[in-house]
Amino acid sequence: MAATRRKKPNASKEELLAYYRDMLLIRRFEEKAGQLYGMGLIGGFCHLYIGQEAVVVGAEAAAKEGDQRITTYRDHGHMLACGMDPNGVMAELTGREGGYSRGKGGSMHMFSKEKEFYGGHGIVGANVPLGAGLAFANKYRENDNVTFTYFGDGAANQGQVYETFNMASLWKLPVIFIIENNQYAMGTSLKRASSSPALYTRGAAFGIEGEAVDGMDVLAVKEACLKAADLCRKGEGPYILEMNTYRYRGHSMSDPAKYRTREEVQKMRETRDPIEHVRELLTLGGDATDDELKAIDKEVRGIVNASADFAQESPEPALEELWTDVYA
Amino acid sequence: MPRMTMIEAIRDAHAIAMEDDPDVVVMGEDVGYFGGVFRCTAGLQKRFGPSRCFDTPISELGIVGTAVGMAAYGLKPVVEIQFADYMYPGYDQIVSEAARLRYRSAGEFTCPLVIRMPTGGGIFGGQTHSQSPEALFTHVAGLKTVVPSNPSDAKGLLLAAIADPDPVIFLEPKRLYNGPFDGHFDRPSVAWNRIEAGEVAEGRYEIPLGKARVVREGADATLLAYGTMVHVALAAVEESGADVEVIDLRTLLPLDLETVTASVAKTGRCIVLHEATLTSGFGAEVAALVQAECFYALEAPILRVAGWDTPYPHAQEWDYFPGPARVARAIQTVMEG
Ligand SMILES: Cc1ncc(C[n+]2csc(CCOP(=O)(O)OP(=O)(O)O)c2C)c(N)n1
Ligand SMILES: [Mg+2]
Repeated sequence: MAATRRKKPNASKEELLAYYRDMLLIRRFEEKAGQLYGMGLIGGFCHLYIGQEAVVVGAEAAAKEGDQRITTYRDHGHMLACGMDPNGVMAELTGREGGYSRGKGGSMHMFSKEKEFYGGHGIVGANVPLGAGLAFANKYRENDNVTFTYFGDGAANQGQVYETFNMASLWKLPVIFIIENNQYAMGTSLKRASSSPALYTRGAAFGIEGEAVDGMDVLAVKEACLKAADLCRKGEGPYILEMNTYRYRGHSMSDPAKYRTREEVQKMRETRDPIEHVRELLTLGGDATDDELKAIDKEVRGIVNASADFAQESPEPALEELWTDVYA
Repeated sequence: MPRMTMIEAIRDAHAIAMEDDPDVVVMGEDVGYFGGVFRCTAGLQKRFGPSRCFDTPISELGIVGTAVGMAAYGLKPVVEIQFADYMYPGYDQIVSEAARLRYRSAGEFTCPLVIRMPTGGGIFGGQTHSQSPEALFTHVAGLKTVVPSNPSDAKGLLLAAIADPDPVIFLEPKRLYNGPFDGHFDRPSVAWNRIEAGEVAEGRYEIPLGKARVVREGADATLLAYGTMVHVALAAVEESGADVEVIDLRTLLPLDLETVTASVAKTGRCIVLHEATLTSGFGAEVAALVQAECFYALEAPILRVAGWDTPYPHAQEWDYFPGPARVARAIQTVMEG
């Protein structure tokens, strides 16, 4: 995998700058969320996406207008990458009226019809059949849209994933199953939970093709997703992409991290960081100046700080909000 | 007597059961190597080996189903479902297989299985980490359902559950794991091992399933509660100044109707409490039984204080949670009735 890195990039400077910005936005946003959590402004569960930014940013680069995305509880990155408002995301974390679900959903449960973002799902594996259902709707409507259905290496062991694979293949649904293999499901490493570590082969029995991708390389992700999306749009879906990636932070906010060494995390950060990778591509070729990158850093910090302010200033939901939206 | 948190008491019960009976095995997500997300099984894998305490993939349906098969052969699986909110994928196996194996085989096969799950709210868990699904189990013939409210009960009830020949759902109020919680979220919490209520006897003892406990004696009304709501009830009684009897049901099914009706016959007033949503909640069952048994003794309608009929919210947790203020209002209402 590492061999694909640091080649002359097959992407324009503008494109690389956009990836750099989008990944950096996710990272800084998550760092800020972590800080607000530490200050007690965010309660409950909060799963940070730090380390995995290239997966969603690369996949979004392959999406077109009308494509849907659906993911798990580790969802902040997905929302930012599809263009949802950082203010609304942060304010949902703090449980305020300005949050995407007006404080009802929290970190794990946000949605946006406008951005075709179907959540944010707290139950491991539960979003996977929904993704196939969305793809079914695409087929039914005869549009050529594709559903990006994300789930983790741990979720890949849920029974409903395999019921979904069968139906998706049987009905040739335009769905890309993106397995974000960050090597751990909470404190359980892949090899202690999966009979075979090659998750991309998990669709073989159903006739679904799959492929392993360097999920720390945004260009590799984009390329793989473009190919898979193309097949799906032509009616040759579904497709499985196993993104090999890594989460730097704990599973949620209180994670004793006894299941892996500090050195392992450090090594990932130093040798495979997805943002550093793009930064190198941009600077080693001499394409981008330090000033250009600094300007992006500054812009991103501004957005993130504004979202944190908004999330604290937005009022608490009104008491009546407790009882709304249970029924029509 | 040593003091323990509820977590330590549960761990202790596991260790005793495993020590005493080589057929007891412990399984679930993250329970082995990691020791459980709440640490209830910490150290068991080290002590008893990975064949007796082991990790499963995230596959609740498969976990419960394999445990049913193991139990049918005579093993005694103690399964942890990481949060009660995650049991739904496994619910089919619980209802269709575990609960009915004895009946449909006319007693040829049984299912001595314990499924433990952290339950309830008060931890900012939102809709997927706060639910109280006990009524989904008490509605199923063939299951027993237990909800402890303190470390000593947790240990004794868990040992009884493991010894029981039928499937037992063991719901652990997660807000009580480290210390009692009476609904006053703005007050500092105290750990079980700092207080007398955290005392737990050493070695094996069992608290029989189906035995409630009168926690506080009183003459004016009866508060029926379980889990976290036992502590909320005590706080509300304290604050209301009324002389109210508080009963900790401990086991929901089988229900200790005798203790309940003896109390209501004495007080003439009854309130049932639970965190779970009101409609079709366990309180409805208790209220129906109490009115049938104590109709002529009742001086006021039976009341229920429960969670609102909504999903558990992320924000506004304390407006959702049936805390002491809501219970105290119900006490006032029932006293006026
Ligand atoms: C049905 C269900 N079982 C268990 C859980 C608890 N849980 C939440 S996340 C998680 C680990 C999932 O790991 P993975 O799929 O690899 O995703 P990651 O957290 O690494 O993004 C577990 C066990 C849950 N939310 N839902
Ligand atoms: Mg994972």
